[in-house]
Amino acid sequence: MGRYILRRLLQMIPVFIGTTLIIFLMVYALPGDPVKALFGDKAADPATVLRLKHQFGLDKPLLEQYWTYLTNLVQGDLGTSFSQRPVTDILTDAIPVTIRLSLVAFAIEIVLGIGLGMLAGLKRGKLVDQLVLVVTLVVIAIPVFVLGYVAQSVLGNELHLIDPTVNDSNDLSQLLLPGIVLASVSLAYVSRLTRTSIAENIRADYIRTAIAKGMPKRRVVGIHLMRNSLIPVVTFLGTDLGALMGGAIVTEGIFNVQGIGNTLYRAVLQADGPLVVGLVTFLVVVYLVASLLVDLLYAVLDPRIRYV
Amino acid sequence: MSDTSGITSPSHSSPAGDYAAKEEVARQSGTAPQPSEPKKTQASSLWANAWRDLRRRPVFIVSGIIIVLLIVIAIAPSLFTSTNPKPGDLAHFMQKPKLGHFFEADWFGYDGQGRSIYARVIYGARASMTVGVFATLFVTVAGGLIGILAGYFGGWVDALLSRLTDIFFGIPLLLGSLVMLQAFTGRTAWTVALALGVLGWTQVARVMRGSVITVKQADYVQAARALGAGNGRIIFKHVLPNAIAPVIVVATIALGMYISAEATLSYMGIGIQNGISWGADISTASSQIRNSLHVLLFPAGFLTVTVLAFIMLGDAVRDALDPKLR
Repeated sequence: MGRYILRRLLQMIPVFIGTTLIIFLMVYALPGDPVKALFGDKAADPATVLRLKHQFGLDKPLLEQYWTYLTNLVQGDLGTSFSQRPVTDILTDAIPVTIRLSLVAFAIEIVLGIGLGMLAGLKRGKLVDQLVLVVTLVVIAIPVFVLGYVAQSVLGNELHLIDPTVNDSNDLSQLLLPGIVLASVSLAYVSRLTRTSIAENIRADYIRTAIAKGMPKRRVVGIHLMRNSLIPVVTFLGTDLGALMGGAIVTEGIFNVQGIGNTLYRAVLQADGPLVVGLVTFLVVVYLVASLLVDLLYAVLDPRIRYV
Repeated sequence: MSDTSGITSPSHSSPAGDYAAKEEVARQSGTAPQPSEPKKTQASSLWANAWRDLRRRPVFIVSGIIIVLLIVIAIAPSLFTSTNPKPGDLAHFMQKPKLGHFFEADWFGYDGQGRSIYARVIYGARASMTVGVFATLFVTVAGGLIGILAGYFGGWVDALLSRLTDIFFGIPLLLGSLVMLQAFTGRTAWTVALALGVLGWTQVARVMRGSVITVKQADYVQAARALGAGNGRIIFKHVLPNAIAPVIVVATIALGMYISAEATLSYMGIGIQNGISWGADISTASSQIRNSLHVLLFPAGFLTVTVLAFIMLGDAVRDALDPKLR
């Protein structure tokens, strides 16, 4: 186990370097001058541009810039945004909000998603099953921003049940609707995945044996069936936690939640290169750690898998 | 074998990025402990069976008709409306739909600039379809090639290509394309398709790699090699036809997801510029939604039906190709 973790951590290093390098190149090497873009349509003062470029090290060769960035990163320094604020500062403000929103979404996803999936899988072919299949399919097909706007305008502006936008990003009850919207697509996937998995496993020999032994149904479903059926679901959920944080760009924008997604979107629009690189790097780390945790969780759920 | 596959399968098939393929990959990683499946051994009859099965599925027929119709609309929008979608006439400001006026300019009503929503929805199909089809083509060719090479040759080729896949896999699709497209001015459907393709090929590569590894161990591949067939012949004659089924499923579903991604990018103002796009129209509509829902409803409805059609097609094809689920 220890050796497996060590090996995975070592494997993560080239992946991390590669991913950050690509992000870095996308921000700095593609056409368009990040510093000139700061001035928008106004003509930039050449002296100011040069001074800013020097301050952010943008006058150096690209690979040297990347090396500086990487060495700073290892020391926990994510750089400074064009607005002269350390990226770690901006992150400390945004992370708690995003984590809260992600957890709300994640909880909805797990409870409703697995619940609906179990219901459909156990009643395979029945009306409930068909209903869950159709509804989840439609939810998957509706783009998140459409769903968000409809939810916001119907529940917020028409029925006045909730505030259309989030005023206080720390208030959990205000994060409920954005959480549902954020969770919707993943929720649909989780329930479809659980359904398929249960429908496949329910025909397995060990289930028949368990029933034949006279075990109570609760135990057959709760222990034998669920433990085996949840393996693919856990894969999905783990990587999805990472995806939720990044995928919140649209949802956070619509509901005005001051999390990482919203901050990142504004940084992209303002062409704030260092801030974009810093935020995306952070998200990539979250994502890599999440996928490592998923792989370790396998061993808990499925003792047949051994890590050597 | 089962012991070692336990190590590799979680690390190489932990899915993310595009949601649709996640389901496919996760499903496979959870349910495919056995190295070879019987269906893979009968190539021609698999396709014939699948086609016979598909023709009888209402879901396949409905989604197929919708997709063919959308392709015709995208190629020749003027067949469906003679109204120019671009100039607006403020005399028509926000007029409600006249649902009896089939195929006429005021069928779906008018938007905030007095433009015919029906004409805009029809002309908007081209951007979505172009992005969807070409991003998928790019992804299938590039990802398929990388997946075949990694799966077939194994060893250091696999190690190298798999790490490359991991690297691109770590960049979320929407996030990456947002950052990438910001650098381009004068973005067209092609630019957007390219950005989505460059970031999206990893799922196809992973699915293809897994599929090729399974097929590679089949007896007919050993037989071909024993008869002296070269790598090129084995790959194209034996491995590819038998390994491509899951890739087709992933690609079909991904097509719908790319259309959705294009709309999302255009909605955020980072997508297609100067063209007509459902996403951009939805974005304009969302600021006027308080007065009239129809401005939002029609482009959003077309977008949803399009994405839905591709997902349903992919689902139907998967069910037809995977007899285990029947």
